[in-house]
Amino acid sequence: MSEFPADSHTIDRYEATGGYVQARRALGMTRDHLVEEIKASGLLGRGGAAFPAGMKWSFLAPARPSFLVVNADESEPGTFKDRQLLERDPHQMLEGVIITAIANEVHHAFIYIRGEYPKPARRVQAAVDEARARGYLGTGIFGSDYDLELTVHLGAGAYICGEETALINSLEGLRGEPRLKPPYFPAAKGLYMQPTIVNNVETVSNLPHILDMGAEEFSRIGHPDDTGTFLISVSGHVNRPGNYELPHGITWRHLIYEIAGGIPGDRELKAIIPGGASAPWFVPEIHLDDQITKDVCAEAGSMLGSGAVIVMDETTCMVRAAERIVRFFAHESCGQCTPCREGTTWMEMILRRIEEGQGRAIDLDLLLDVSDNISVGLNWPPKMTTICPLGPSAVSPILALRDYFRDEVQAHVELGGCPLTSGGRPPDPRSLQTVSAETSRRSTSMVAPDRDRE
Amino acid sequence: MGQTVTITIDGVEHQVAAGSLLIRAAQDTGTYIPRFCWHERMKPVGMCRMCLVEVQGPRGPMLITACTNEVAEGMVVYTGNDTVRKAQEGVLEFLLANHPLDCPVCDKGGECPLQDQAFSHGPGESRFVEIKRNYEKPIAISSLVLLDRERCILCARCTRFSEEISGDPLIEFKSRANVTEVNTFPDHPFASYFSGNTIQICPVGALTSVQYRFRARPWDLQMVESSGLHDTAHPRVSVHVSQNQVLRLVGVDNDATNHGWLSDKERFGFQYLGSEHRLTSPLIRRHGELVEVGWAEALDHVAERITLVGDSDGGEAFAVIGGAHGSNEDAYALSKFARVVLGTNNVDARLDDSLASHFLAATVDRALIGDIDTADTILVWGPDLKEEHPTLYLRVRRAAQELGVRLVVVHPRVTGLDDRTAIKANYRPGAGFVLLDEIAEGKHAALSEALSAPRVVALVGQASLADGPHLAEAVAAYVRSKAGSARILPLARRANLFGALDMGLAPDLLPGRVGADQAGRAALAGAWGEIPATRGKDTKAMLEGLGSSEIRFLLLVGADPVRDVPDPRPGPAALEAAEFVVSIDLFLNDSNRGADVIFPASGFAEKEGTATNIEGRVQKLNSVVPGPGQTRPDWAILADIADRAGRSIGLFSAETIAKEISEVAPAYDRVTWDFLEWEARDGAVVPLGGAPVLSHIPVALKGDIAPSAELTLHVGRTLYDDGVMMRHTPNLHRLAPGPVAHLNPEDAKRAGALHGHKVRVVTKHGDGEFTAVLDEGTPPGVVYVPFNQPGADPLGTDAVVRVTAVGK
Repeated sequence: MSEFPADSHTIDRYEATGGYVQARRALGMTRDHLVEEIKASGLLGRGGAAFPAGMKWSFLAPARPSFLVVNADESEPGTFKDRQLLERDPHQMLEGVIITAIANEVHHAFIYIRGEYPKPARRVQAAVDEARARGYLGTGIFGSDYDLELTVHLGAGAYICGEETALINSLEGLRGEPRLKPPYFPAAKGLYMQPTIVNNVETVSNLPHILDMGAEEFSRIGHPDDTGTFLISVSGHVNRPGNYELPHGITWRHLIYEIAGGIPGDRELKAIIPGGASAPWFVPEIHLDDQITKDVCAEAGSMLGSGAVIVMDETTCMVRAAERIVRFFAHESCGQCTPCREGTTWMEMILRRIEEGQGRAIDLDLLLDVSDNISVGLNWPPKMTTICPLGPSAVSPILALRDYFRDEVQAHVELGGCPLTSGGRPPDPRSLQTVSAETSRRSTSMVAPDRDRE
Repeated sequence: MGQTVTITIDGVEHQVAAGSLLIRAAQDTGTYIPRFCWHERMKPVGMCRMCLVEVQGPRGPMLITACTNEVAEGMVVYTGNDTVRKAQEGVLEFLLANHPLDCPVCDKGGECPLQDQAFSHGPGESRFVEIKRNYEKPIAISSLVLLDRERCILCARCTRFSEEISGDPLIEFKSRANVTEVNTFPDHPFASYFSGNTIQICPVGALTSVQYRFRARPWDLQMVESSGLHDTAHPRVSVHVSQNQVLRLVGVDNDATNHGWLSDKERFGFQYLGSEHRLTSPLIRRHGELVEVGWAEALDHVAERITLVGDSDGGEAFAVIGGAHGSNEDAYALSKFARVVLGTNNVDARLDDSLASHFLAATVDRALIGDIDTADTILVWGPDLKEEHPTLYLRVRRAAQELGVRLVVVHPRVTGLDDRTAIKANYRPGAGFVLLDEIAEGKHAALSEALSAPRVVALVGQASLADGPHLAEAVAAYVRSKAGSARILPLARRANLFGALDMGLAPDLLPGRVGADQAGRAALAGAWGEIPATRGKDTKAMLEGLGSSEIRFLLLVGADPVRDVPDPRPGPAALEAAEFVVSIDLFLNDSNRGADVIFPASGFAEKEGTATNIEGRVQKLNSVVPGPGQTRPDWAILADIADRAGRSIGLFSAETIAKEISEVAPAYDRVTWDFLEWEARDGAVVPLGGAPVLSHIPVALKGDIAPSAELTLHVGRTLYDDGVMMRHTPNLHRLAPGPVAHLNPEDAKRAGALHGHKVRVVTKHGDGEFTAVLDEGTPPGVVYVPFNQPGADPLGTDAVVRVTAVGK
């Protein structure tokens, strides 16, 4: 476990540690070979849906030109893994981009970075410039006859643009709204209605390593159904929040109490959001000893998503937490379809009323029924009345209120306010920052905190 | 139905067309799935989610939108089970949560899909106790359209219409989430020629018409179908009337012509009907003043004068100009009146701004509007369709955009179709023959290759009034020589001009697309008696004849040859010199102001009849309001004059005239009102078959080429202008561009003209001051001046023009 060197983002450092060797090798390989290699590695997409990366590539329709879009619109609350990859190791991603492009006969790739990531975007652009200067991008890369253009594009601050079809619309200059399905896969019709591969930053960053160690060895890391290591972002009430690179298969207890250093003040664990704000919550009584794999999470009615773990201790008001998450989704709804646009805001209003002591006895049932009109049957994965899963994602915290915290909601109604001694308010954010700065200096995480402020 | 698949809807098996959308297939088999955003004429967006239905998916039952999913073999669909009903009720509750429910004062109330479906598919009550969204209401997004964002359910019908159908995306979504709204761009009003369609397709009262707002409740309206006459495609309309006043027009969906869409001119251009300036009683000039008199006196006065002039000078002393604004029945009566009562062939409905009458009336190779959809190549060499033929504009636009038809546009400057044009050529007005020769010589390879396609539809007309009448014929001849199969649609404007020509309102035509030659005259002699053999004069020759006093008597029927002709010179002199002028009109205008007798005519929606559109489609016009005062249809006025002149034309009602037309006019064989009412609801394209047809296959003509000049004048028409009806339709008249001259920035620089400043434009025929518009769409060397604008001096049609800067 080591920290990044200060110049980890430069091409010199990257090449000194064996960078761009695999991209050169890939130039000599056929599309079929590369697709088979990635299939054999078992690599699953790291953007949240955990779709097999090699299979996605194999879906690429024959029409040309084809495009590659790297989804660097990391905006799921609680997720901050790609940011580190973009800032600290942009060339690793670029090498993955080159490999992906070659495998998919792409001559123009795009990196779509969320607008709130100015520093990662600057680092990526600098890396692109460096790579271009060395002839690794542009006309005839690595001295071959293969051309690869690359455009870095900044989003304008919409969460929904992390959804691949909304991202594509945004890239085309349209409103960032998810497209209708079918077609289900951009690999059939994507950017400018041409075959398009959309891969997450972390997914492509894995590719140089797969080619380096070989698919077979890579597939031996982690869990057989979910190979390789993955980045997990832990935040909330833990002593050592941060990004951790881990093999799949450890337990939540291990993650929270060993790796993340447990809960400040040894307070009781109350709830875990296992995979970003979209994921239904876990509670320690039921889930603490579950393995962290996508299948175990799915069986428990949630998802590992983009590996964003948010830990909530006993001081957290569940109504308030739910309201905050629902408010996020209501704010981020693209406004396209009725249930999401109208329903999420309504949910937010009901939750705020309950939290502020204006709740009625019927409000939880109303909340559940309104939720049910967005996410039919109130299950995960959702049966949607919407175009995309954003609306149903807002329902995830409501599932926890229904299943584990019904009494707490009822208490709000009966008391006419929040029953928690803290009033449900989280600790002062300023004090939190101090804590995390201290703890992260002691952190054993692979990712160091921000030192240089450009 | 081509290929079919079997699907099960609510337990009943149906054979439905493969590839059709589920919502459509269900509707065709009798199951109505509720919807707001889906509109048959636009692409589905699946946004409102009202049409959720349940199907068996790969992972069990799933809800899908019926408007975005195609039917598939074996599909099992539930449109009203508990899951679906709950989902639909949920969507309606969401839609109503923030809806203001101001139905009592909403124009849409009573014909509102949101009301109707809240009733049929809604939960019946709301559980939303929070504060609703508030917006300023309503805001004017143009002078014609109001937007109430509180009522808007964000279905994207208006935005899609503007983007997909009319091609001027001036209305868009802004912001997101719960505060998403439809709006226009800052400082850009919804200035579309088609904006009114968004009002019609809005499923709530979010978009309302300034003109109709608060005027009526829908259940109080009397609704009658008719055809719009503002453009020669005659889009089908429904005329809505309350208390004897036309309050609004809405488009009627119809595959043949307009797909339900209307231009704003068609939709909003009826204010003139209720104008206080309408003529309401006969007028006679006494001591220099026009005074109201009784019918008998006016009719007798005219009849006497006809007898007097006819007896001394014969038919050659009469001239009849106009007739394009009435029904076919009016036109037939006028044609018969001219030939039988006046004894003249001096009749012309074209007002000298159009193509040869034989070319316009010819049936051979005539294109139908529907042929536009199935062509390989469409050639538009003529006016800017967006300005003069809005219905065809939408049709051509759709073909180029959605149906993969290759569009070729030849015009002196930019046109409304530019963004969908595959091949485009500009030429200097007056030099069209030069370009045509070049094309024939193969100098424009892509263009001539496109015209060699198997199926070519050519829409040809006068692109600029500076083009002579024969260029279009030459273009048609060239297309015929190149294309596998050529279909020609000659473009001409003016209401029912094609009907008027079919009734013989041209010097060389008789009713039924028959030439006024000996055979034609002989065929008609049985019904009409003797028809003069002398060759008739067209409008220009008649005006000259009046000027030289060769013609003594002028009958104007809905015509203003002083103002509404391309060459401004002969009109005033002709009217001045005319011995006796009779006018049948709705208004006083620059031509009939000095008339001796004026009869008040009834207008659109005030009389029954038929009209024939540009492709030869005859449709029924219906009457729904009485005309004001003592107005009468043209035919009735003419029949009375004829009686009093002792030469009855034997016409007693519009319907009997229609019957007579079907008997004597070969192309109209069997086209009776009954036939149109019961057998041909979308109208019938004449000739129905069997009848001999008028053929006019032009040979490649060589035409005059205007002398080359530093600057060339391009005179084109705009949708809104200073025409007589527009002048009395203030809501549209104020939208006319006015006296403007479009200059390429380079030419403007040379002339020292600044954008928005005044320039003096001088031609051989006229001159005037215009506001300069610097415009990249006008090529260097061309000056574009819209024709007949309020406050503009006429410039004529001579192509050589000089422009000098005047200053601010």
